[in-house]
Amino acid sequence: MSDHSNHSHGTMNQLMTGFVLAAILTVIPFGIILGEPDFSRYIKIGIIMGFAALQIIVHLVYFLHLNSKAEGGWTIAATILAVVILVIVLAGSLWVMHNMNENMMPMPDMDKMMSLQSQQG
Amino acid sequence: MTMLDTPVTGPVKGPEGPDSHPDHHHESPTPIGFWIYLMSDCIIFGVLFATYAVLGYNYAGGPAPKDLFEADFVLIETALLLFSSITFGVAMLQAEAHRLDNALKWLVVTGLLGLGFIGMEIYEFHHLIHIGAGPDRSAFLSAFFVLVGTHGLHVTCGIIWLVTLMVQLRMHGLTSANMQRLSTLSMFWHFLDLIWIGVFSFVYLVRLI
Repeated sequence: MSDHSNHSHGTMNQLMTGFVLAAILTVIPFGIILGEPDFSRYIKIGIIMGFAALQIIVHLVYFLHLNSKAEGGWTIAATILAVVILVIVLAGSLWVMHNMNENMMPMPDMDKMMSLQSQQG
Repeated sequence: MTMLDTPVTGPVKGPEGPDSHPDHHHESPTPIGFWIYLMSDCIIFGVLFATYAVLGYNYAGGPAPKDLFEADFVLIETALLLFSSITFGVAMLQAEAHRLDNALKWLVVTGLLGLGFIGMEIYEFHHLIHIGAGPDRSAFLSAFFVLVGTHGLHVTCGIIWLVTLMVQLRMHGLTSANMQRLSTLSMFWHFLDLIWIGVFSFVYLVRLI
């Protein structure tokens, strides 16, 4: 069985591929901030978060050697479960708190609210 | 008593019982067990990221991210952690090739890069507290210190683990038990670098736009 030669730690090639990809995916988001290119705010956020997601996948594949066969598929199953929980926690928190902020009158901005109301009225 | 009368189903499972593994010899349960630990750790970090996402805009009249964070400082921290991930990978490959001395050298480099990272983080925290932007200043800073501090504590534990493992490698060599420990720590170390991707993107860079 080739179980020992390509056990879970990969090769020098894999490591260097992962390194180059990770370096590129790190440098570009920092370039967005340090180089101050003339993009809109949302494009910048999209690039930074998108590249972070890509880099996380690069790390999982090239450094942590995640694949669908390791441990009879249990590794990927545990990972998918964790991702599902993370999505629920993150999206749920943001959604709930956004709704709350929409529906509550924030205390520190009371003065601003008052002046806005008086302007409208 | 009636509970005891029910047959014990555990060991009697027929041909597909716990001792039959048709496809492969079962190896140590450590990798998958440790992976499940890492995933639960991931959820802890996820909760802290969610806290930061929710509280990160409540400055209580205090400093905002743009007043506090420096992208080039974070870039150096990121580089240290990424390089330490690579050097750990090289150490792992050297250990698999049974080159103990080389493996130890690369582990020392990894440890030093990790220490550099922790040193920078301690400097940053000290600086922030010193200028009055400590965790008690605003909800934004509380969430920031807890999230980044938890990551820093993990890296510190990783360094302690790394040092003890280097002592064990010196004493006992590349035994199968030590290889197991080394590959487990390797997973932990790469995982911390993975969490840092979320930190530098979501905690620092996005807030500096």
